[in-house]
Formats: sequence, C-alpha cells, structure tokens
Amino acid sequence: MIKIENLTKKYGNLTAVDNLSLQVEEGEVFGLLGPNGAGKTTTVRMLCCLISKTSGNAILNNLSIDNKNNRLEIRKMIGLLPENVGLYEGLSAYKNLDFYAKLYQVPENERKERIEYYLKMLDLWKKKDVTVGTFSKGMKQKLAIARTLVHEPKILFMDEPTANLDPEATKMVRDFILELKKEKRTIFLNTHMLDEAERICDRVGILNTHLIAIGSPDELRRSLWGKKTVVMVDAVTDSILKGIKSLGFEKIVVDNSKITIDVNDPHHDNPSIIRTIQDAGGQIQTISELVPTLEDVYLKEIRRND
Amino acid sequence: MIKLNRKNVWTITTKDISLFLKKKWILYSALILPLVFSIGLPTIVWYIINHKDTPIQALFPVFTAFSLFFMVLSAIIPTVIAAYSFVGEKVEKTLEPLLATPTTDDEILLGKSLAAFLPVIIMIFLSAVIFMVLMDIFTFAKVGYLFFPNWSFVVILLLDAPLACIMSIELSVIVSSRMNDVRSAQQLAGIVLVPFLLLYILTEFGVITIDVNTMLLIAGILALIDIGLFFASRATFQREEILTKWK
Repeated sequence: MIKIENLTKKYGNLTAVDNLSLQVEEGEVFGLLGPNGAGKTTTVRMLCCLISKTSGNAILNNLSIDNKNNRLEIRKMIGLLPENVGLYEGLSAYKNLDFYAKLYQVPENERKERIEYYLKMLDLWKKKDVTVGTFSKGMKQKLAIARTLVHEPKILFMDEPTANLDPEATKMVRDFILELKKEKRTIFLNTHMLDEAERICDRVGILNTHLIAIGSPDELRRSLWGKKTVVMVDAVTDSILKGIKSLGFEKIVVDNSKITIDVNDPHHDNPSIIRTIQDAGGQIQTISELVPTLEDVYLKEIRRND
Repeated sequence: MIKLNRKNVWTITTKDISLFLKKKWILYSALILPLVFSIGLPTIVWYIINHKDTPIQALFPVFTAFSLFFMVLSAIIPTVIAAYSFVGEKVEKTLEPLLATPTTDDEILLGKSLAAFLPVIIMIFLSAVIFMVLMDIFTFAKVGYLFFPNWSFVVILLLDAPLACIMSIELSVIVSSRMNDVRSAQQLAGIVLVPFLLLYILTEFGVITIDVNTMLLIAGILALIDIGLFFASRATFQREEILTKWK
C-alpha cells in the first residue's frame, strides 16, 4: 500500500529525513517511532504531498508522489490527522465535518449519513450543533479523527494522535484506533509513545533522521536486545563471577545481589549458570529471563545512533 | 493555466464567511463602518446646508471627495477580514488539515480571497446606495437635480473600489505569511491606506480633480498593481511555503 524508496528531505544543509526506505502493507498498522525532530512529521507531510521531497520516491496505492498530477488523487485517498487537531472552533461539530466532506467531494446524499455515522460512533452526535470551541481536548481529538475518516480514506496518517491528551482521552483514542485496526485499515502512525506503538502497531520503524530499525515489536526485542538471564543470589562473590565468566559469557552486569548475563540460548545456558553459582557456594533466590520492553529497545538504539 | 474546482472555492468561501459572522469585532469594525460613513457623511452635508450659509456650488467638490471614501473603505476593510482569514488559520493551526484536502493552492487562495472580497463589496454597494439616496434627499431642493449617481461615482464603485479591495486582500496574503498575530497583520496591511489617504488629501487641496478620466486612470494603476500583487501573493501561498516557511 505504501512503498517508500530512499526518501530524503533536506532544508539547506539540514537533513530532516535521510534515505528512508520501508513498505507498509494493506491493512497494516505501522508505527514510526522517534524523538522530536527525528523527521516523522516531515515524512508524513511528504507522503501526503504537502511538502516536496529532495530525492527518492514514495508510492501510495500505485500512485507515485513524484508525479505532480497524482497529488490531488493521493490527497483524496488519504486521511491526515495532524499533531494539532486544527478544527474550526467557531463552527459546530457537524459543520466542521460537513466542510471537510464537501472538500473531499463526498456526494451530498452520503455526506449526511457518514457524518451521522461517525459522530454517533464517537459519541458526539448529541453535541453535533455545539461549537467546537467548547469541547474538551478528548472530544476535539475524536472529532478530528472523524474528520480524517469522513471520506473513507484508504490510508490513514496519524501524527502523534494521543499527544497532550489526558490518560482517559488517550485510552479512548487508542481503543478507537484498535477498532479501526479491526476494520483492516492501513494506518501510518507517528508516535513517541512506545507503549502505544507496542499495543497498536503490527510493525514499527525507529527513525532518527534515518531508519535505525524496523520490524514487529517482538522482532525488534529479539533482534536488537538479545536474551538476558537475571539471577538473584544471596551475595555476589568473586568466585561466582569468575565461574560465570569461565563459561564464556562476555557481558555480565552486577547490581547488588542481581547478576544479569547476556546469553545465547537460555534453555542451554541457564542450567550451567545455576550449577556454576551453586558450585561457587552461592544460593540462588530467583532466576528469570529479562524481557525488554519496546522502550528498552528504542532507547538503546536511539542512544547507539546518537 | 489555472484549474479551479468552483465547488471547492465556494465551500472555502462560505466556511470563512460563516466564521467571520461569529466574530463580533470583525462585524463591527469591518461591516458596520461603511454604514456609518453612508449615513454620517450625508448628515454632515444636511447640517451644513441647513445651518451654514455656504453656497451649494461650493460644496460640490466636497460631495465628490466624499465618494472617494468608498474606495478608501474598500481598501481598509479587507485587511481586517483577510488578515483574520489567513493569519487566523495559521494561529489556530487549522491550515494543515485544510492543505491535506484534495484542493489546489489556487482554490484555497481564491476561496479565502472571495470570503474577504464579497462581504466588503456587498457592504460597500449597500452603503453607497444609502449614501446616494440620503445625499439626494438632503441636496435636491438646493441643487435642483439628483447629484448622485454620477459617472465619477459609478467608476469609483464599479472599478476603483473592487480593484482597491483586491489590492488590499493580496497585500494581506503577503503580509500574513510573515505574521503570527492577526492584529499585527491588520496593522501592517493597513499600509495600503497610505496612497488612498494621499489621494484624498490631494483632492481636498485641489491638486487632483475627481472626474471620470482621473478615476479611470486610478483604476488602470490599481489594475496593474493588482496583477503584480497577484503573482506575489500566489507565490507566497504555496503549500510547502506555508508549512515550512510561514512564521
């Protein structure tokens, strides 16, 4: 559905996005993770044909952003939820949606139905004639999502959809995105909220101007973090550490009575670790596998690439 | 060749107008002002005629100079509306979703410009009718004929006022790209007022005579300025410029 090839954006000497290549399949929820200034918004703006690229290309549903004649068609096919909701606060919820539905050339007979459908779905129907200026942040975000969907776009771009929302509104927006995921919509999500990406996205890419890593949250955890065994002992002694090192493990981190060991295969390595500690006179209290969060992986990769 | 979807243009225009109508300060400062002039100026004339011994012929240049106000108003008022239309969207961060729609830059620019142009011109015409009617009522007994409408005023209303209005809107677009505050944009765009005030002063001192030829000449000059500003404002109003360079 989305194929990005060596996409680059430069502002003078500053490179905002460097040689980005990735692919998003139809019905997939893809999350682009990265710190502020990583180029996430610039990437989405290029894909939405809002700003030009410096080099490379992107193809959305067989339409290349390179071809100027495709730009209106691409914008017709996508829905963009920018970081700032950008609603007309002096207009009612209904009029906001009606305005955008008209610009997206939704036929008049369908327009009313769709507006009603999304306002009801997002629990805003009772407030349809109320001016948006009086809405809470969560309600505005819901309305902005409805605006993004009112023309039934094939691809949804969401730029930090839960930024600046309180926990309740954040949950509501995430739940709604999960509903959209069930409908098999293609969603390209920019976020720096890692738990959000972990819960919502099928695959994620870590961007810091250039793409650092890409894969499902599980794949990233496995490939970038490796496997770690954590052993809690009554006391860490030199003979215990010497014994573990003699097994050939290169990375051992000691924190009080906790020993964290980078292992290759926990099933094979853990029994020998246990034996060695016991032989050295140590008493094992617990032994477990350290399962990293996406946040651990993300921070490690961002720091490594800084 | 500029391709325009008229429905998109009109959708943007009507949306902007309905937003203006909710802003009381726009209504008061922009739309009420011409009405005040249209009633105020004839009232002054009525007072002079009835309370002073000034010969009526001596007042003819004043009547004619009054008609210039409608051109001046056509230049001032759009700065209030257009600055809100462009800077307001920028300040309220509503531009990005609008730019993401399948509309062209020209459609947005034209839609917004029309939203500033139409209410102003309608109010100017409406005020001009009130002005002419009141002036004729107050002066007919002394003048002996209907002073308004006359050809100079027709040229002012049908050519000079619309062209001044367009110039003001185009200037507001350019100014808006550099401003983050509606009031500052309005003030800077208010620079448009200077040549018109100068024209009014020169008329009052008799340096320039307001007649059909003069007003046609002014219309020609305004048209040339409008063409130049059209290309400048169009160059300013590009999606990428707006998202990356507009302050």
